[in-house]
Order: sequence, then structure tokens, then C-alpha cells
Amino acid sequence: MSELPLNDPAQASDAAEDEPRPGHVRKPVGWSMITIGVLVAVSATLVWRRDGFGGVLEILTHDLRLFGGILPRVLAGCLLGAFISEILPHEKVSRSLGPASGLKGLLIGAAFGAILPGGPFTAYPVASALLAVGADFGATIAMVVSWTLIGYGRAVAWELPIMGTDFTLWRIVISLPLPVLAGALGRFVYVRMYPAKRDDE
Amino acid sequence: MSAALLIDIILWGSVAGVGFIAYQRGPKVLTTSLREGTMDFINIVPRIALGVIGSGYIAAVIPQEIITGWLGPNSGWLGVATAVIAGAATPGGPVVGFSIGAVALKAGGGPPQVIAYVIAWALFAFQRLLLWEIPFMPARFVWFRAAVSVPFPFMAAAIAMAIGKP
Repeated sequence: MSELPLNDPAQASDAAEDEPRPGHVRKPVGWSMITIGVLVAVSATLVWRRDGFGGVLEILTHDLRLFGGILPRVLAGCLLGAFISEILPHEKVSRSLGPASGLKGLLIGAAFGAILPGGPFTAYPVASALLAVGADFGATIAMVVSWTLIGYGRAVAWELPIMGTDFTLWRIVISLPLPVLAGALGRFVYVRMYPAKRDDE
Repeated sequence: MSAALLIDIILWGSVAGVGFIAYQRGPKVLTTSLREGTMDFINIVPRIALGVIGSGYIAAVIPQEIITGWLGPNSGWLGVATAVIAGAATPGGPVVGFSIGAVALKAGGGPPQVIAYVIAWALFAFQRLLLWEIPFMPARFVWFRAAVSVPFPFMAAAIAMAIGKP
């Protein structure tokens, strides 16, 4: 179930009829959350010792407001990911974003990432959905990197006001080639890391 | 704030659009996706709560002067390499990396180094990988993507040096 149908579009589209979304395992609380939890507890203690209870409370209220603002976008991102993985035809995704999709697949992934709307957490559920319906690592990397570096969501909401227009625009111009290059590198490495998985190619 | 509102409108418009397509495929497709998406949301909220509320504290105890002091315009490739490591170590979240980058620029940091810092932070801030990417995506993909991304802050710094911008 957790194996992604990366190289087998025919089987993937057959399975789509009667099986739930593949590659979609909800993880219980793991070591990553524990690590961050400990880090947060230590940091909060340091803030408390330095700035007292007022300092701790100030950060808490600021972050709670931020959290409240992000929540609706997280919901939108999750719904978008769920809808996309239900309605996108697996066979078509495998063809246009799969391992054999070539440069065109990387460009489609990069373009999709650049126009994908939403706050910081929209892209991840959508990327996961793409992987589940047959996109390969390369095209999905192009999409995630493009969303991160070129997508207007973060740039408009945060980078422009904080870093200034000049820096932001040049940073984006310099970043333009990176998503496709990252996707190509990803594909190049993936094929060599997991050669057995491409027996059917 | 109107830009953020516009983004929200586009976002929810897209949700409504794909939701409508799902509905046309049949009400069952719609309800299944709604249930899946809501379950994902419920699953993810505690992690995001910890991440958003936690990054404030982590950012508050990170000594910004140390980060910005390393990124001077004469720091060259060593400065770029430091910037990349600093970017990876800076907590994720939407604001922290940009704020430190802005401070570095104001404090006289070199633009290529600051570019490398911001891009490294955007691509593979360790805390974001752990807390915000792994819950959503297969862990194997997250680590793979992060590893593949390592050369690109260096490449961006090289381009910035070559064109002399920003």
C-alpha cells in the first residue's frame, strides 16, 4: 500500500477503481515531533529565564494569532490535495509527470508549482497527491522547489514586505532555472539509486 | 493585506473548482474527498500548532548577530557555505528566515550570501522538513528532495555574483 505506483501507469489506473488512495499513510506522532517538542520546550524555558513570564506570553499570543490565520489555508490545502488525488486521472498524470515524461514533465511540474495558490501548507498535500497518482520524484521535486522559490504566495505575503522589492525580484529571477534543474538532478539520482524499480521501463 | 486576501480568494476558488469537478463525477467522489481532506486536516493541526507556536521561541533564542556577522560581502564562498548551513539551521515558518535575511542585508551582509541564506532556508530548513513536510509527504521523498536541493543555494549565489545583482 505504501509503495507508490511510480512506474506502472496501467496497474495504477486499474487500482484506482476499487482501492483507496495509495501512498497515503497517516503517521502517528513520531520522533520528528518529539524532537521539535523538546527543542521548543528548551527554547521556551530559555526565553522565560531571560525575559520572564511576560516574554513567554508575548511570543505565545503573537504565534497564536499567526496560527489562527494559517489554519483556514491548511484546511484549503488538505481539501485541494484530496480533491486532486480523487479527480486526476492516474494514467494521464503518469504520462505527463511520470518518470518518462522528460523535460516537458519537469516544466509542467515547475509551472504548476509556480501558479499553485495558497499559504505555506498548500503545496505539500498537493505534492503528496501527485506522487500518489503517478508523478515521479523528479517532476514532484520541480513542483515543490518551484512553489518554494518562485511561487508568489510566500513572496507576496512575506518576502516583499520584509526583504524589499529589489532583493525579492532579483532573488526570484536568479531562482527561475532552479526548479527544473533540481527536478532533473532528482530524476538523475533516483534512477541510479533505485535501478531495480525501473525493470519495466 | 489585500495581496493575502487575493491569495485566499484564489486558493478557495481553486478548492471550489476542483470540488465542483469532483461533484460532477458523482456525489460519492465529493463526499469521499471531503472526508479524506478533513481527516488530513485534523491529523495535521497538532503538528502545525507545535510548529507555529514553537518557532517563535526557537527564533527568540537564536543569536541573530552570530548569523548575520558571518555573511559579510567579503566572506566569499566560505560565507556562502556558512549561509547555507545557517539557512538549514534556521527554524521554518513563513517569517523567521526573511527577517534574519533582512537584518543581515541591513547589517552589511553580501547579497550573494544573503541570497544563498534565504534560498537554503526556503529549500531545506531542517525544522520545516521535520515538522511541516514529513507529516504531509512520504518521508523518503522529503529527504530525497532535501538532499537533491543542496547544490542550488550555491548555484544561486554564483549567479548573483556573476550578474552583480541585486
